[in-house]
Amino acid sequence: MPKLELQNLNKTYTPKVIPVKDISLDVDEGEFLTLLGPSGCGKSTLLRLIAGLEPPTRGNVVINGHDVSRIAPGKRNIAMVFQSYALYPHMTVYDNIAAGLRLRKMPSDEIRRRVEEVAQKLGLQNLMDRKPGQMSGGQRQRVALGRALVRQPDVFLLDEPLSNLDALLREQVRADLKQLFEKQQAPVVYVTHDQTEAMTLSTKVAVLYDGNLQQLASPQEIYMRPANQFVAGFVGSPQMNLLTLNCEGNNAVLGDFRIPLPNLPTPPSQIIMGIRPEDVHLVKPDDKLMIQGQIFLVENLGMQNLISVRVQGTEMRIRALLPANQRWEGEDVTLSIAPQAIHWFDIKTGDRVPLRDRDHRFHSHHPEQVA
Amino acid sequence: MTISQNQLSQEAATINWRKILLPISVFLVVVFFMGPVLWQVLTSFKVNSAISAVPAIYFPTPNQLTLEHYQSLFVRRPFTLYILNSALVSITSTLLALALGAPAAYALARLRLPGENIILAAVLIVTLFPAVLLFLGLLEVVRTTHLGNNYLALILPYAAINLPLTILVMRSFFQQLPKDLEDSAKVDGYNTIQMLIQIVLPMTLPALVTTGILTFIAAWNEFIFALTFITRESMKTIPVATAQLSGASVFEIPYGPIAAATVLGTLPLVVLVLLFQRKIVQGLTAGAVKG
Repeated sequence: MPKLELQNLNKTYTPKVIPVKDISLDVDEGEFLTLLGPSGCGKSTLLRLIAGLEPPTRGNVVINGHDVSRIAPGKRNIAMVFQSYALYPHMTVYDNIAAGLRLRKMPSDEIRRRVEEVAQKLGLQNLMDRKPGQMSGGQRQRVALGRALVRQPDVFLLDEPLSNLDALLREQVRADLKQLFEKQQAPVVYVTHDQTEAMTLSTKVAVLYDGNLQQLASPQEIYMRPANQFVAGFVGSPQMNLLTLNCEGNNAVLGDFRIPLPNLPTPPSQIIMGIRPEDVHLVKPDDKLMIQGQIFLVENLGMQNLISVRVQGTEMRIRALLPANQRWEGEDVTLSIAPQAIHWFDIKTGDRVPLRDRDHRFHSHHPEQVA
Repeated sequence: MTISQNQLSQEAATINWRKILLPISVFLVVVFFMGPVLWQVLTSFKVNSAISAVPAIYFPTPNQLTLEHYQSLFVRRPFTLYILNSALVSITSTLLALALGAPAAYALARLRLPGENIILAAVLIVTLFPAVLLFLGLLEVVRTTHLGNNYLALILPYAAINLPLTILVMRSFFQQLPKDLEDSAKVDGYNTIQMLIQIVLPMTLPALVTTGILTFIAAWNEFIFALTFITRESMKTIPVATAQLSGASVFEIPYGPIAAATVLGTLPLVVLVLLFQRKIVQGLTAGAVKG
């Protein structure tokens, strides 16, 4: 059974440059793991460590129970799709796809059979004699995919394979990718900084920041219960409102308004409140938690309006996502916040403040294993 | 109406000027560059009386034309041998420079070497040193190593002198070669040697051809080393042999044969450059724009 395990991986270039600090995770058969993070978070380095293009400073890469940390990339039986596609410019499409198999001394009719199968799957049959320079970006991207698929490797590695495509094509290829890899048994590790790709493609997302694993969970879990302030701010678009609030007794103070804190053993002096713009609404008759403020910016996103509101009694701002057909009068609005949609984070560590009753309920609704 | 008509005629005038000036200036520039070359070609085909005629004959009549000078080069002198000598020395030193320079350039481009900048500066400084000053020292070296009248006495210095250029040009070419390609080759299962020969080398051809031709031209045209290190008649290269052409008496300068030898010596270079023209342009502009 194909399985990829990373054990305490660390990559240190110099004492100050440590792109990967200490990362352990597993990717099982049929799983699609996305490494998600901003530029410089170490996600590409981590992928290169798995591929064997960089040797780890510490820790192990284990594929199917074998420690491959010191083995050359070509002998790990992995396949990788590069951001630039990295097709060999002097070879035809057929040769590009067949190169890896030829090096493994596979009989030529077997190579032909496999290449044709992949070509058909990706719609490349008519392009087999072309060279990469004579193809469009989307076609090159498919050849790069074909080169990985034809190998039938133990692990697939994809390094931002969609980032060089234009927006329309990207959406289409994203859907194709999902279908393609759903049929594959081998674990997939996919690197991206695009949260939509991470959300739509993955069965599991690893959010990386500063060389550390911030959260490893299903896409739903990452979205519904971000483990810390970084994940909360990074995942979700438009970005979650993150406000640093003073506390008074069992309430957090937001301008002229009081927001009840969750049940905490010792009430802190300050806390970070997170609320997604889609969880802030125009007030309805039976809403309890309300804030008032002044709209200073309306951004039309087509499906929704994103309004930015200056909360009464403070300089703090909160953004709300309202349906496009919803109207409001004047600049002063009353917004309601669903108490159960608020995320609380510790001011010092940035970690999520556990809410016993509610988080338990969520647990039963969202089992960790989705696949 | 009158204003617009004036403007029209003015426009016509400026366009006419451009139409006249452009061909004229092109012609002048071409004549300026090609004049000496064309004069040599013309001289090589004219009979002796036409060469020395005053005023100069620019458009010789058919009976003033001859192939005699070319024939004399091969009949009275072993010019085939000179050409072969030149070819041997130039080709070998070019291949040597490429074989040593390209791997060095690859290492300098890809490995994070300690003191890389110092190495590069050293390489650059070699090119700043005038070859004429090296020549006296080299003469001593040739004498003590008994390499005089040996092709190696030319091949080694030619390769060495052109090595810095090869290294610098090839290094910048390797640097703009995407590293992903090499990574991809590694993941595909190529080992380092296979990767260099099957993946990197084919993509490097334009740069190799460009630097190779520059080295070849420099070696083919070199004069001082060839004059000093080789004294045996049968081993001389074309530039030396051409310079040493002499007439029947001390006072006769054989303009015709000299011109013919010059043309003959330049012809291989012209053919070479024309053959590889497209590759050279590719090599010189490689990485200039996103391809």
